[in-house]
Amino acid sequence: MTTHAQSISQNKTRILGSRFWLLPGVFILSGILVACVLWSITLGAADIAPQTVFDAIIQSNNMDNLQLDSQTRFQYLVIQTVRFPRVLIGIVVGMALAVAGAIMQGLTRNPLADSGILGINAGASFAVVLAVFVLGTPSLSTYAYFAFVGAGVSAVLVYMLGSMGRGGATPLRLTLAGVILTAFLSSFTTAILINDQQALDKIRFWTAGSLAGRDMSIFIPVSPYVAVGLIGALLISRQITTISLGDDVAKGLGQNTAWIKGVAAIIVVLLAGGAVALAGPIGFVGLVVPHIARFIAGADYRWIIPYAMLIGGILLTVADVLARIVIRPQEVPVGLMMALCGAPFFIWLARMRVRR
Amino acid sequence: MAELHAQNLMLAYDDTCIIPNLSVTIPDGQITVLVGANGCGKSTLLRGISRLLKPKRGSVVLDGADIWKMPTKQLAKQLGILPQGPTAPEGLTVHELVAQGRYPHQSWLQQWSREDEHVTQEALAITNLTDFADRPVDTLSGGQRQRAWIAMTLAQDSDTILLDEPTTFLDLAYQIDVLDLLHDLNVARGKTIVMVLHDLNHACRYADNLIALRDGHIVAQGYPSDIVTADMVYAVFGIACTIIPDPITNTPLVIPSSKAMNSKSLTNSFNPQPSWVAIRG
Repeated sequence: MTTHAQSISQNKTRILGSRFWLLPGVFILSGILVACVLWSITLGAADIAPQTVFDAIIQSNNMDNLQLDSQTRFQYLVIQTVRFPRVLIGIVVGMALAVAGAIMQGLTRNPLADSGILGINAGASFAVVLAVFVLGTPSLSTYAYFAFVGAGVSAVLVYMLGSMGRGGATPLRLTLAGVILTAFLSSFTTAILINDQQALDKIRFWTAGSLAGRDMSIFIPVSPYVAVGLIGALLISRQITTISLGDDVAKGLGQNTAWIKGVAAIIVVLLAGGAVALAGPIGFVGLVVPHIARFIAGADYRWIIPYAMLIGGILLTVADVLARIVIRPQEVPVGLMMALCGAPFFIWLARMRVRR
Repeated sequence: MAELHAQNLMLAYDDTCIIPNLSVTIPDGQITVLVGANGCGKSTLLRGISRLLKPKRGSVVLDGADIWKMPTKQLAKQLGILPQGPTAPEGLTVHELVAQGRYPHQSWLQQWSREDEHVTQEALAITNLTDFADRPVDTLSGGQRQRAWIAMTLAQDSDTILLDEPTTFLDLAYQIDVLDLLHDLNVARGKTIVMVLHDLNHACRYADNLIALRDGHIVAQGYPSDIVTADMVYAVFGIACTIIPDPITNTPLVIPSSKAMNSKSLTNSFNPQPSWVAIRG
């Protein structure tokens, strides 16, 4: 009798196993994310009290009916048109890059996989710069779609380059192919920008990866694609866990691996392309965050993906705050900030974690 | 009855043909062991009959149905395959790994059922891993790790289990442990087992049906005692040998001869009976 009762109670907790705290963890991280957002919005050329920030966001659809003095009205407008869009874009970009990195790491069983290292960010930004150069009109939102095309083409190129020859796409080959493509495309991007002063001025900051000057006009056309990518990532998370056991094991378990890989590749292109369109090529988020998520949540992608999402949002929000305050009143591109923290982590990872 | 049958199979990687034309029937409810020298095509054959490698020609039929025309999950419910030297992602617990075996039984709507949990627990119990359920796979010993992978294929609940070199990289004690486990699964649960083994003597001990391959062709197939002869071993491995009955199981025990050691024993011909024989006698 006792064993029966035990096995039933064991069955109830079994689905989460020893990781019963994973669900509360999601709420805690969501709380931290909200706190970071408020912190980010209060900081700026003029600091604004958290209560005002909160009110401004709550009342954003109700501005005409409010009785406000001119200073508060100005603060509300700054929050609604500048600071809130910026932090929103930062969260979405952080989530997109982190989840894209998590999927790539699971799919290729490569702890170094990241849309920056595998050349997808470089492809997307090259496509945008090329479009600005050839087609002229220097409006980034018009060229957001080129980012998706560039991301897609470079993803295919890296995979082809990396799987040439016997043995297929090993982690090392894919990484090398990505690094080569990144170097190749970045030099072209630089060549174009050096020869076109006008384009350079418009997107110089963007090519380093920055959230400065982003507003809803870029967010609204791009965010649906990123949203589809994020939802898709959550939906295929169980399949990603299975394929992370290896191709042959996944096939043996009855998974149609070609189909899953195709869907996952489309999701990665939507996420990485969208992130580049929104904020330029920001590296290391997709590399670092999945490792933190795995450290907390284990090896099951049904938990890794939501954790990566939240941690990615938090990391980029915090990095953007730091980017704005380190050399106040000027700011550094957030991409630079990420490289400063990410590069040492990359070296540590390459030394400690890469087997073979 | 779940008979696995390959007809006129041609298997190749890119342009390199490994198996030109092979037909074989895997008897139901038995342990079939594939043996042969390196590069003879034994692992390739296992991949060919488990849908990991698409044949250039020929067909593989399970229960009268072509495995390449079946839905992938349908096949996975009938046939499990454990590839050679699988590695689990860091941090994956034993329970999480074994639970993956339920993949073909799940769908978008049916994610994790009471039966899934029951079968997973049973697979853990059979492989003696219940106490290790929450341990990360990468912290286990080699033998426990292999048992965890076998538990995963058990959770798959298929009548037939294929294993590619399940004992490679394991210490001798773990090799016997894993082989005994597979033997029990065959005897107690009626699982049809097909595996590639390197050690011919292990193969002779555990196989009901031995298939010896050379250069992509079957040289001999049958019950080890019926087919393992010095001529057959020479034909398959290209080495002369003496065959004696295994003192424990009475199955053929292959003692390979050796040029170097032969000449050494000649120099010791003053004492043709080694001392341990006397001690044992």
